[in-house]
Amino acid sequence: MNYLYYPGCSLEGTSAEYDISTRLLMAAAGVQLEEIEDWSCCGATAAESQSHLLSYVLPARNLALAEKMNRSKEILVPCSACYLNLKKTEAIIKKDKPLLKKINTVLAEEDLVLKGEMKVRHLLDVLSNDVDIEKIKAGSHHKMKDLVVAPYYGCQCLRPFKIFDDPEDPHSMDALIQATGASVFDWDMGGQCCGASNTSTKPEAGMALVGNILKAAHGADAILTVCPMCQMNLESNQKKISHKEGLDLDIPVLFLPQFLGLAMGKTLTDVRLDLNLSNTRAFTEKAI
Amino acid sequence: MGQTTNDRLLAMTETAKEMVGTCIQCGTCTASCPNTEFMDITPRHMWRLLLTDHMDAIFSSKSFIMCSSCYYCTLRCPRGLELTAAMSLLKQAASKLELKQFRRSSLFYKSFLDSVKKHGRVKEMEFMTQYFMAMKNPVLPFAYAVLGLKLLSKGKVHPEFPFGSKGKLTALFNKVAELEG
Ligand code: SF4
Ligand code: SF4
Repeated sequence: MNYLYYPGCSLEGTSAEYDISTRLLMAAAGVQLEEIEDWSCCGATAAESQSHLLSYVLPARNLALAEKMNRSKEILVPCSACYLNLKKTEAIIKKDKPLLKKINTVLAEEDLVLKGEMKVRHLLDVLSNDVDIEKIKAGSHHKMKDLVVAPYYGCQCLRPFKIFDDPEDPHSMDALIQATGASVFDWDMGGQCCGASNTSTKPEAGMALVGNILKAAHGADAILTVCPMCQMNLESNQKKISHKEGLDLDIPVLFLPQFLGLAMGKTLTDVRLDLNLSNTRAFTEKAI
Repeated sequence: MGQTTNDRLLAMTETAKEMVGTCIQCGTCTASCPNTEFMDITPRHMWRLLLTDHMDAIFSSKSFIMCSSCYYCTLRCPRGLELTAAMSLLKQAASKLELKQFRRSSLFYKSFLDSVKKHGRVKEMEFMTQYFMAMKNPVLPFAYAVLGLKLLSKGKVHPEFPFGSKGKLTALFNKVAELEG
């Protein structure tokens, strides 16, 4: 199995541990990743609130670069926001030919052409459908059996495209969690919104959503995420919200591949748990 | 000239209006939205106002700015309308018209895109600094200072210094601006 790999800006900076643990886990599962050469930002949520065309041109540039490499037809993307932007572009150029033409007029500035041959896949899709779960089972020897973890999916890997999971009642992480021996925390917040960039631009609204998720996670040993934006929102606001609500909402938050990597015998240093912003001590004491 | 603000808003939101043309006012979007608590007009009501050309009411409201693009409304709308995309169009219009209540979000996004234009990728520290400077709000950076320091200490962001090189994606951005007018 091999994929072209689009890390995206967050994985180069604020979520370096997501990048490192994804590469590590994929290597352990026998999957080869090849980074798209000279990739650029997908536009995040910024482009679509500023310009319609730009919000497709930015992802399109990366799809065109991937086509040029032409070594695999599938692009693996760990960040849900990047995934959705790339996926939206993949989908719309199949239907909207005038838009494709416009995109190509812009891309011509860099001598790039987009044909529309690439398929975009989320990391969670690849983990739950392509990777052999027996490898995770065999590698982890039931190591996480004392833990109860809460799978958090967020929005953009589930909606609006219904590709690999139920967009209202997601469960694709369950089997992966159980393969490590851990139990799945029973909650219905997995597919709820973390507020996305509202936590920066409209804090009162954003914090309310983060607070609801943290409160519902009470009793779990950790929350697992598959998106840098969700991870940042859930990790960096725990103190503020705990203080405001007069509750202790401290909970370790890990990226899914960090958790799976640890289960398969990687060390805390390997998966860079030191980079997480939440306090992970309670988790490591129980898990290792 | 001679065009009223209302006319300009109308023209810019014509597409959004077409997108919600077959709305049956069932309220599923409102019931699905996690942010209605912070909206002065519900999503259902907003589509109604849009379809009846009450642009002033829409653009003096904060509702569409509160949308966090969770796609629940798009997923559940019985008419299959692309509501999240319609919200984005309203955000674009508000940003182009430099509406006051959208200023904070708009500057945030503009600073973000400036960083992308220059480097091809987001330099988080640079874009946050630019955002704070543009907001000219001395209290605002303070709200992020704790997080900023934590990220710096973990080596996750790097202080950026402005430099004069030609932007990496300038050609693409200029072409987009030319085509969109
Ligand atoms: S869910 Fe769709 S049809 Fe129902 S009110 Fe909202 S936009 Fe209209
Ligand atoms: S996409 Fe926006 S408007 Fe629709 S339900 Fe989510 S937050 Fe509300």
